[in-house]
Amino acid sequence: METKENILLNIKNLHVWYRVYGGYLKVLNGVNLIVREGERVGLVGEAGCGKTTTMKSILQILPPGDFLIPKGEIYYKGKDILKMNFSEIQRLRSKEIAMIFQDPTAALNPVFTIGTQIGDVIKYSIALEEKKVYKEKLKILSARALKEAYLPDPERMLVNYPFQLSGGMRQRTCIAMAISSSRNLLIADEPGTSLDVTIQDQILHLLKEIVEKMGASIILITHSLGVAREMTDRIYVMYAGTIVETALTKDLFKNPVHPYTKGLLASVPKLSGGGIARGIPGRIPDYLNPPQGCRFQPRCEHSTSSCAENPPQFFEVEEGHLVACYLAQR
Amino acid sequence: MRNLSGGQSNSPIAVNLARPKSLFWTNLGRNWYKFSRNPLSIIGLVIVLVIIISAIFAPWIAPYPEQAGPFVDFENAGQPPSLQHLCGTDNMGRDIFSRIVFAFRGALIMAIVVLALAVPPGVLLGLIAGYFQGGWIDTVIMRITDIFLAVPPLILALAVASVLEPNLMNAMIAVTLMWWPWYTRLLYGTASSIKNEYFVIAAELTGAGKFHIIFREILPNCLSPIFTKIALDVGWVILIGASLSFVGLGQQPPTPALGQMVSDGARYMPIFWWMTIFPALAIVLILLGFNLMGDGIRDMLERGMG
Amino acid sequence: MKLGSFLLRRFLLSIFVIIGLSIVIFIIARVVPGDPARMALGPRAPEDVVQTLRQEMHLDKPLPEQYFYWIKGVFRGDFGHSLVSKRPVLEDIKEYFPATMELAIFAGILMAIFAILLGVLAAQHKDTWVDGLIRVSSYFGVAIPAFVAAIIFMLLFGYYWPILPVLGRLSPGMTPPRTITGLLTLDSLIEGNFPAFWDAFKHMILPAVALSLGGLFQEARITRSSMVDNMHKDFLAAERGYGIPEKIVMFKYLLKPSLISTVSIMGLDFASLLSNAFLVELIFNWPGISRYGISAMLHKDLDAISAVIIVFGVVFLVVNVIVDVIVALLDPRIRLGTARDM
Repeated sequence: METKENILLNIKNLHVWYRVYGGYLKVLNGVNLIVREGERVGLVGEAGCGKTTTMKSILQILPPGDFLIPKGEIYYKGKDILKMNFSEIQRLRSKEIAMIFQDPTAALNPVFTIGTQIGDVIKYSIALEEKKVYKEKLKILSARALKEAYLPDPERMLVNYPFQLSGGMRQRTCIAMAISSSRNLLIADEPGTSLDVTIQDQILHLLKEIVEKMGASIILITHSLGVAREMTDRIYVMYAGTIVETALTKDLFKNPVHPYTKGLLASVPKLSGGGIARGIPGRIPDYLNPPQGCRFQPRCEHSTSSCAENPPQFFEVEEGHLVACYLAQR
Repeated sequence: MRNLSGGQSNSPIAVNLARPKSLFWTNLGRNWYKFSRNPLSIIGLVIVLVIIISAIFAPWIAPYPEQAGPFVDFENAGQPPSLQHLCGTDNMGRDIFSRIVFAFRGALIMAIVVLALAVPPGVLLGLIAGYFQGGWIDTVIMRITDIFLAVPPLILALAVASVLEPNLMNAMIAVTLMWWPWYTRLLYGTASSIKNEYFVIAAELTGAGKFHIIFREILPNCLSPIFTKIALDVGWVILIGASLSFVGLGQQPPTPALGQMVSDGARYMPIFWWMTIFPALAIVLILLGFNLMGDGIRDMLERGMG
Repeated sequence: MKLGSFLLRRFLLSIFVIIGLSIVIFIIARVVPGDPARMALGPRAPEDVVQTLRQEMHLDKPLPEQYFYWIKGVFRGDFGHSLVSKRPVLEDIKEYFPATMELAIFAGILMAIFAILLGVLAAQHKDTWVDGLIRVSSYFGVAIPAFVAAIIFMLLFGYYWPILPVLGRLSPGMTPPRTITGLLTLDSLIEGNFPAFWDAFKHMILPAVALSLGGLFQEARITRSSMVDNMHKDFLAAERGYGIPEKIVMFKYLLKPSLISTVSIMGLDFASLLSNAFLVELIFNWPGISRYGISAMLHKDLDAISAVIIVFGVVFLVVNVIVDVIVALLDPRIRLGTARDM
């Protein structure tokens, strides 16, 4: 099933470092990730493992100045994003890929109206083709985009400021802004996590519906296995800047291989009883001086000394199910 | 039971989650790194140290210490800068360099006295107003503060200094009177936002007295902006002092004061330019030094990166 | 609209502050040892004349009563008489106030424009030589007090390089325009008297630059740091990510939130502008109310001193209200009340 034709996004061996006092935070240590057309891909991992960094690298919106990409490529539709010139990147952001940020309050500019912000997104997307965009047309398109995200009374919403909206509405606005022009790949960074559970559920269903309607691909970042199970076709499990396991969703839950994945699954408390779930002892490594070999090795109860020497490569356990672990190879 | 700021507390569960002052010394290495990251801060520190040392050891550093007092030598008046007189001599024949060094003394004394007198009441009032925010105490204190802040600072200082006898003590009083409100305002903002933090609420709930809360919980967390402001303020107080002595209020002759030296020398421009330019440059140097150092202190105390 | 009630509250607060200020000033003025009546008439006036004056000035009454008489006078426009000019203080103020205002407004405009320009430049070219140069200049700009700058300008332009005039408002021999607003530049423009306009403008340049130097650089630094802070905010990354061109992101979406801090500090900087005017007017012989005030202070001309302080207090208050209004316009959160919670 490894058809090369309909691969949309292909992140190859991506390394990203942040510059800080004392050296570099080597956050991403060789990330490999593929998204095909129409696929729903989940990216699961605990806080601080580098999920957001990976996504921001795709759109080239990492914090300016303080980072370094020493190795790796990101191919979108065959072209390496890291080598694109500025107008190609702008076209990418405008028409192809869009990211929905984790915290909708921080993602909206507080001193401009919703109408201005979404209007500008649409305006500059259209401006890549047409010369002039009329204000009236812009208003109509903006209202339509808001309506797609099921925001009530879109025309009135246009003159509101972000702080006048509830959390759920802000999130919907961000979604509306994302889908207003880029229709091929959506990146949703922990959608709804800052909102209460019922709203989060609505947001997730909205995303599901939109993706189906548009026929787009989506990368869903989440730290919740439950959400991943429900919403994705294929999952990548990430730990400390590397992908440790990837499989079709059903395969991953039926047959987890990597010790980290197993630990994650065991950590989820079950309503059907069984007491408090087991966690995974230890903490994520210090990115300033990360372990030489497998980054999970310090926390792994099955590790051997050879695990600490070199980072493990992907090993295919079953079809479409890859694990980066020396144990899996036995 | 000891809480983290190192004091005894009566509340058994008082959890002080704030970063206590004593950690400043434990973190000295890191603090120095943050301070020294900007070479300009080091320059500022050096300048400040030079000024302080010159002021303290003035009689030994100044080449002609007696000329900083009552002294006339009209034969030598109006000498341009030379090896014997680094900054030249003034209209009465006094060595300007020596006078500048002695003038540092008056300037620093003024700054120390003014800040020592103005900061404690200002801080106290601000803490109280901030803690009792919304009550009548808050309103009264802040309205009074507003009144003093309603007039641009120098104007008030000039007015007060002018109605009193012109001397150093009265100048200090005048400046103190218009300086304290800035600290009240600073502390008001800081204290009123800190008082809503969980550790304060926790202390209140376990029965800690108001006195304890204000001084042991809130105040230690306000210290960094206070110290930053003090470091920067030294320069500004000296400037106001120089402005006052420029118009003749403040330190009286023959004791040298920088502002007064500038104003006296201005009359002899442009031919005897050194009489006014060197004291003026001294003022600039002082301000530069304290500003640079103050910025470094701010970088150091701020919870930033690294 | 909440802006109205916001303004009303500020207005009432200002009134209260001014009243309080007047009390403080009054107390200060009366603290002076000495006899105001005797000072007004001189040491050689006969005692009974002085006594009559004392009664007229209500000096025999208790202090609070004296205060009420004074305040009543102030409301009628009677600030008392100046010991120096021997005229009603109000006349003096009317004559000198516009000059200071003209200077202050011009300096304020200079400050605002260049501060924003330099701040944006520094932020855009962050960590390059441009940023470094602006940063170093700002250290010096802030460290050079206005009166020192004024003296240096005097030296430079008064003697070595006389391309700009250094004394007064208008060159002798130039016919001044009719007094409409009291602002020479404006009045001469209204009349169409261009030579006078240009002359008056040239006279304003040096004192205005000297005054604006400190505030200008301080605001430039605040603009820069505000922009740098906002540069890392999520909404900018989001806007970039949606494909909005970099120029628009910088100049529209970054600038507006960053200016809020700058404008907030402009009120304070205007205060230091007014303060510094006292010394700068003295140096450039600018016939403004600050120079008048200094002279009053040195001569212990109490009525004049009190009047000058009240005038400055009011001006400062008005400027602060204006600044607050502008900030409210820039930041809708202030204008429209606090955020609605989830």
